[in-house]
Amino acid sequence: MPKELMNKKDIDRAITRMAHEILEKNKGMEKLCLVGIQRGGVFLAQRLAAKIKQIEKKDIPVGSLDIAFYRDDLNIRKEQPMVRRTEIAFEVTDLKIVLVDDVLFTGRSIRAAMDALMDIGRPSLIQLAVLVDRGHRELPVKADYVGKNIPTSTSETVVVQFEEEGLEDRVMLEKPDAGEVKSAEQ
Amino acid sequence: MLNSKDLLGIKELSKEEIYLFLDTAAGFKDVIGRDIKKVPALRGKTTVNLFFEPSTRTRTSFELAAKRLSTDVINFSVPTSSVIKGESLIDTALTVQALGADFIIIRHSSSGAPHLLAKKMKASVINAGDGTNEHPTQALLDAFTIKEKKGKIEGLEIAVVGDIAHSRVAKSNIYCLTKLGAKVRLIGPPTLIPKEIEELGVGIFHNMEDGVRGVDVLMMLRIQMERQDKGFFPSTEEYSKNWGLTTDRLSLAKDDAIVMHPGPMNRGIEIVSEIADGPKSVILEQVTNGIAVRMAVMYLLAGVKR
Repeated sequence: MPKELMNKKDIDRAITRMAHEILEKNKGMEKLCLVGIQRGGVFLAQRLAAKIKQIEKKDIPVGSLDIAFYRDDLNIRKEQPMVRRTEIAFEVTDLKIVLVDDVLFTGRSIRAAMDALMDIGRPSLIQLAVLVDRGHRELPVKADYVGKNIPTSTSETVVVQFEEEGLEDRVMLEKPDAGEVKSAEQ
Repeated sequence: MLNSKDLLGIKELSKEEIYLFLDTAAGFKDVIGRDIKKVPALRGKTTVNLFFEPSTRTRTSFELAAKRLSTDVINFSVPTSSVIKGESLIDTALTVQALGADFIIIRHSSSGAPHLLAKKMKASVINAGDGTNEHPTQALLDAFTIKEKKGKIEGLEIAVVGDIAHSRVAKSNIYCLTKLGAKVRLIGPPTLIPKEIEELGVGIFHNMEDGVRGVDVLMMLRIQMERQDKGFFPSTEEYSKNWGLTTDRLSLAKDDAIVMHPGPMNRGIEIVSEIADGPKSVILEQVTNGIAVRMAVMYLLAGVKR
């Protein structure tokens, strides 16, 4: 049985806190935008945007980013990466970008995402928000906003589910022998 | 999902595989519309364009696609006059592979040449046109363009006009569009439409007006001048009079019909300039989409387990 690490309430509280932290650190939402990494990061970015709107009564620009073309593991992956759309309908140059992902693991996705963003424009700065930091970094990457730090072993899998995918909001830890292993991060 | 390292023809592909290519191409279309039109996806790989037949458009399109994926590209042109027998074709390709090619893009006047190579090569072989057999990336870019313009392919009435018998573009398109659920009809002189082709589930019209009536998409093929001497049609004037696309004929198609041509066009023969340059023409968009589709093909083939 996978172990539940966060339930719907825990996730909502974490997102509320992160939204406040983002606004506090950036002193409001001027020149600020959110960019979610496909696919879990996109749902999380939209939720953060909704919270920010509740607090500030204004819409924050939200985009989605697909990093398939920037990955470093095309040759070693077991499955073909699914290419999803990058939809950033605003000019990112000179904006402060909060990059959003569901799980921070090796840091390789974040490296790819930063490269992808740099090819789209020249943001004034990039920060990182993640729901779960599970450790085991392979690159010097650190999150600015973390929903929950979860110590894991590399053989375990962190699964993040969102209602937007038709599932219950949940974060779970799966042991390696669990039947279906879904990797939430590369 | 793909299970072949090569793209040899549309005939071998499933509907799902075709859609995988088209959906992935949409992501690359975004990329080539940006200021920075290049992604590092295939950095460090090598592409060899092996063209045994002259081609500027297809070769350039593949070259650009390969470069925008960050692969290095070598153009290996082979004199067209020499008759290349099976053995020397393989030798050339083995040489290219020894140079370190990861992708071999081949165009050859013999049907089946890419298939022969694919068996011998570790590299991914992409058919850029083989004899009168197939030209799969052209069909994929045509399908991509239709989907982009019409929102779907299933159920559309699509006419392919011209020299079906000798056209690899037509053949790949017939496989592709029928697999995706379009209703395909072929229009042209009886000498240029083989009777057996009906088995592929297409309609045949020898009268242009009848064929064009009510279609959503008109796909014009290039008339190859060299065929005229062989008596497939009396003269280019005669061909144009009977099967050329004119404004009057186009008015019989649906109001929102689009006109396509794989290029290069013979203006005034298979299509009049007013249409080629007119609002219904998507001919230049086909060229742009060709790059996105070829990027998608190379990218997806690179991810196939071998």
